[in-house]
Amino acid sequence: MLNIGVLKEGVVIDHIQVGGAMKIYEYLNLEKLDCSVAIIKNARSNKMGKKDIIKIEGPFDIDLNVLGVLDHKITINIIKDNEIVEKRILSLPEKVTNIIKCKNPRCITTIEQDLPHTFRLTDRENRIYRCIYCESKFKGN
Amino acid sequence: MKHLISPLDLSVEELDHILSLGQEIMKNPEKYSHICEGKKLATLFYEPSTRTRLSFEAAMLNLGGKVLGFSSADSSSAAKGESVADTIRVISSYADICAMRHPKEGAPTVAAMYSEIPVINAGDGGHNHPTQTLTDLITIKSLMGRLDNITVGMCGDLKFGRTVHSLINAMVRYPRVRFVLVSPNELKIPDYLRKEVLDAERIDYIETNQLEKYMPDLDILYMTRVQRERFFNEEDYIRLKDSFILDASKMQYAKKNMYVLHPLPRVNEISTEVDNDPRAVYFKQAKMGVYVRMALIMNLLELD
Repeated sequence: MLNIGVLKEGVVIDHIQVGGAMKIYEYLNLEKLDCSVAIIKNARSNKMGKKDIIKIEGPFDIDLNVLGVLDHKITINIIKDNEIVEKRILSLPEKVTNIIKCKNPRCITTIEQDLPHTFRLTDRENRIYRCIYCESKFKGN
Repeated sequence: MKHLISPLDLSVEELDHILSLGQEIMKNPEKYSHICEGKKLATLFYEPSTRTRLSFEAAMLNLGGKVLGFSSADSSSAAKGESVADTIRVISSYADICAMRHPKEGAPTVAAMYSEIPVINAGDGGHNHPTQTLTDLITIKSLMGRLDNITVGMCGDLKFGRTVHSLINAMVRYPRVRFVLVSPNELKIPDYLRKEVLDAERIDYIETNQLEKYMPDLDILYMTRVQRERFFNEEDYIRLKDSFILDASKMQYAKKNMYVLHPLPRVNEISTEVDNDPRAVYFKQAKMGVYVRMALIMNLLELD
């Protein structure tokens, strides 16, 4: 496997469905970070065949639970002093704002650009979120 | 402060209370003719709907209140680019309650988030139209004497027809309600309604494109118009608009005590020859809409 280098401190977002890394990069606004970010596409995986991985260097203060909205198979490893100190299980937040966008062309958010795109979890079992305005469904991977 | 954005904002108890109050007003309108004196209703109509707007205005005038508002986006500050949030904050200081119709889904929800007065959703795109649902329910309750143990046929545009979605959502809360959903394949009820409401609540329903076959089973036939404004593609509209037309020959399959409802306006989906059939109650239904809006305004202004 391509070696991106050992992460001394940071976060590894692992088991991303192939092709999903760039989306997550955008959703988390990682372009705004000052630290090193590595995107690994099509990495070999025993579980998934192929997967994407994102490695972020340094302390990282973003609510990663939103990733559960996008792809529930993702795993998060928190690294400190070259060791995995925490394997975080993603829980689905009750509400997410400005993470996913409503795609209903009839939704009020299409004409009022300043409105926050807020979704509420309406079905935890099936991981279904609905726009709080038009109630259109969003379903992640 | 309460708003009415979706029919489900009302509990069954609240719904029954409003319907009973509407029926009481129907019997004795004079008794309620001064109850809203000094109160103002703002009708904020971002898309034209003469019928719903006049029904709201008639309701407020019947209660002794006054009305103000606009009847299209062109004649409102929306044409200058004002947001719904800003408009409602201003209107909150002009009126005591407002009714909003908007072509975009969720606009009344935004209004309710910023409003200091009760907001009534008077229709938002293809989403909700709760006062039409109240109108439909008071009509069914007044004619049948009950809202449970009823077979309701719904015919026409079940995909974009918000009145259909709202009525299904409201009626599944009553026991032993069955639905016969008649539409062309392209205009079937949305997936979420089928899975999350009908299947989840284990409601007895059939989806079909044969109206005559199920006509004898129905207690209520709720007809809807295929709406041009809900289509992005004119070709699809033209292909589907005449899918189901109710005429005297189809009415002969129906029970003697079945009732035909329609949210109106009708185009050609109910032939005018049906109008004289005593089972055609859509004009009576429009009248009941005023009474139930009177009851709703009283309820939201806490004057009941």
